[in-house]
Amino acid sequence: MKAFSLYTTLCWLLTLPLSVVCFAQDYELSGEAGIEQRYFFEDPLLPEQERAQGSVYLQPEFFFNWNDGDDRLVIKPFTRLDQHDSERSHFDLRELHWLHQDRDWEFLAGISKVFWGQTESLHLVDIINQTDYVEAVDGEDKLGQPMLSYSYFSNYGRLSAFILPYFRERTFASTEGRVTPPFRIDTDNPLFASSNEETNIDYALRWQHSMGNWDLGFSYFDGTNREPYLAQGFDPVTNRLVLQPYYSQIQQVGVDALAVVDAWLFKFEGIYRKDDEENVPVTLQDVIVDNFFAAVVGLEYTSVGVFDSQYDIGWLVEYQFDEREQTAFVFGQNDLMVGLRFIVNDIDGTEVLVGVVQDLDDSGSYTGFLEASSRITDQWRWKLDGYFFASEQLTDPLYFLRREDFVQFSLEYYF
Amino acid sequence: MSASNRFYRSLQHVLLIVVLAIGTSTGVIADEQRGLEISKLRKAADTGWGDTEAEMRMILRNAQGQESVREIRVRSLEVIDDGDKALTIFDRPRDVSGTAFLSFSKALEPDLQWIYLPALRRVKRINSKNKSGPFMGSEFAFEDMTSFELEKYSFNYTGEDTIDGRSAFKVEQVPLDRNSGYTRQIVWIDQEHYYVLKIEFYDRKNALLKTLTLDDYRLYKDKFWRAHVSEMVNEQTGKSTELIIDKLEFDVGLEEADFDSNKLRNVR
Repeated sequence: MKAFSLYTTLCWLLTLPLSVVCFAQDYELSGEAGIEQRYFFEDPLLPEQERAQGSVYLQPEFFFNWNDGDDRLVIKPFTRLDQHDSERSHFDLRELHWLHQDRDWEFLAGISKVFWGQTESLHLVDIINQTDYVEAVDGEDKLGQPMLSYSYFSNYGRLSAFILPYFRERTFASTEGRVTPPFRIDTDNPLFASSNEETNIDYALRWQHSMGNWDLGFSYFDGTNREPYLAQGFDPVTNRLVLQPYYSQIQQVGVDALAVVDAWLFKFEGIYRKDDEENVPVTLQDVIVDNFFAAVVGLEYTSVGVFDSQYDIGWLVEYQFDEREQTAFVFGQNDLMVGLRFIVNDIDGTEVLVGVVQDLDDSGSYTGFLEASSRITDQWRWKLDGYFFASEQLTDPLYFLRREDFVQFSLEYYF
Repeated sequence: MSASNRFYRSLQHVLLIVVLAIGTSTGVIADEQRGLEISKLRKAADTGWGDTEAEMRMILRNAQGQESVREIRVRSLEVIDDGDKALTIFDRPRDVSGTAFLSFSKALEPDLQWIYLPALRRVKRINSKNKSGPFMGSEFAFEDMTSFELEKYSFNYTGEDTIDGRSAFKVEQVPLDRNSGYTRQIVWIDQEHYYVLKIEFYDRKNALLKTLTLDDYRLYKDKFWRAHVSEMVNEQTGKSTELIIDKLEFDVGLEEADFDSNKLRNVR
């Protein structure tokens, strides 16, 4: 009898999404797909790596809604197939959630993505979702995060609470892939501070508000650190150095602010992070600090119609500060980003962003970047991205990427 | 704006005043008053509409006649004693579908604007100080898309004209905002219903830049006339943008809470 009821419950649960599909008043299918080719300028550091890397991706989105759009089911799988890199060939559910919204509150259950923050060069405050690092080196791509979240809206802003029952590990390229240090990052054997490992339940709170020319956000997070420290080990099979990701337990307070002043945008993000320092691997004991502060402060200025043309030019300057030493794969501990964005304002929506992140402690350490894109037809877009890394010092985390300069051309199809 | 530009514009103002003073020493004040009165009637004819939802197409054409179509939905809320609120959702081109643009119009201060980028699930603030930039690569500038407020201009009545058989008042309006892309606009206002038939936009060098013609006016709620076809032609480049309203509904039940930057990520 008990087995039977369990079985019926299971069947009922499995048919739930299907019945939703039947009840849904509205159904939409959209998405994007693309083909991408990377070319690396220098010979790789490892013999198994290649100088050209091709891949394809697909990201459809299924959207159902009922109750006049107050209830929604969103399913958004993502998959990429890479020519060489078995780690970059991967599948992820970017979204798989039910959302109910009312006039002054909403509830979300399932997998989703949340963005917090204001700055462009670094996203310190944004902590809910793990970075899908094999997708792009800029860290803008994120893995879907399982969550229960409740938000309340009032004249005093948006107040949100999150329960995050399952932790997603950061993705890293294999040694056959590129834009990676020349060591194997053993993502199959991660280390956790929590004995519950990836099933540790994390919590977060967030308040955000817009007041005239100000946007403000305060956040609190308690749980598994999204940024792994990499513990050095030795692979007995290959006799090579291997890095094991270690995920600590942290509490973090975050503040983000934006102010509109005349034709300028001023931006700030700051975090204070406390680390529990539990089950720390021996090789990381000197690296992990009990607590630290990090911040990004920046500004943006856009000139519209420069030189009597239709072009806009946007200037971006951001200063990155991190109290930690340079060792622990910490980028941006005393760095300056300067970027220039050209907006052509044409029918094809052509945009070009170029910039550099310069380490202020070491003139030889910097990253250059280029992002350009334009529409070909209503459904096709091309993109050209480039990254250029320079570093001469072994202690600089960027040193391990010094031969990874590349350009990447993609054709994207939207439907 | 550069200093020379500002100087140029001030010079134009001075010249305009001098010319007017010499021409009609008594008529100047009367024409200003008449211009303001007609514009007040224009504003009054479009006050009290409440809230609307529209489905629109923007057809962008270059000088060679090549076309590109944008599809947008616009939800609008009238705010008495302040600028209106508008939420624009992009459906086509597909690469920007799901992008949402929230704007609170202000009479003299810059508008408040946010954009939601669905790929990043990120809401970004936009600085609207410079409002002369093009909207979605079209011939409409951001400032052409915001609500008409009397506080934005000084007015001057310049005469009468006939457009497609309809009698019109001609009113010149000079933007008071230094960041406007225009030195002046000449507006043809329908004498019967006080809606706009045509606008000429003059650039910072006081040369004719764009001409907007409005057509296919339909009556809603027995009071509000809305143009369903409007075409902006750039007289200097030959490019044009046609804005077509395919569907327009009044009283759809929108309220302030539907225009919240904190809710932009759920907009569909």
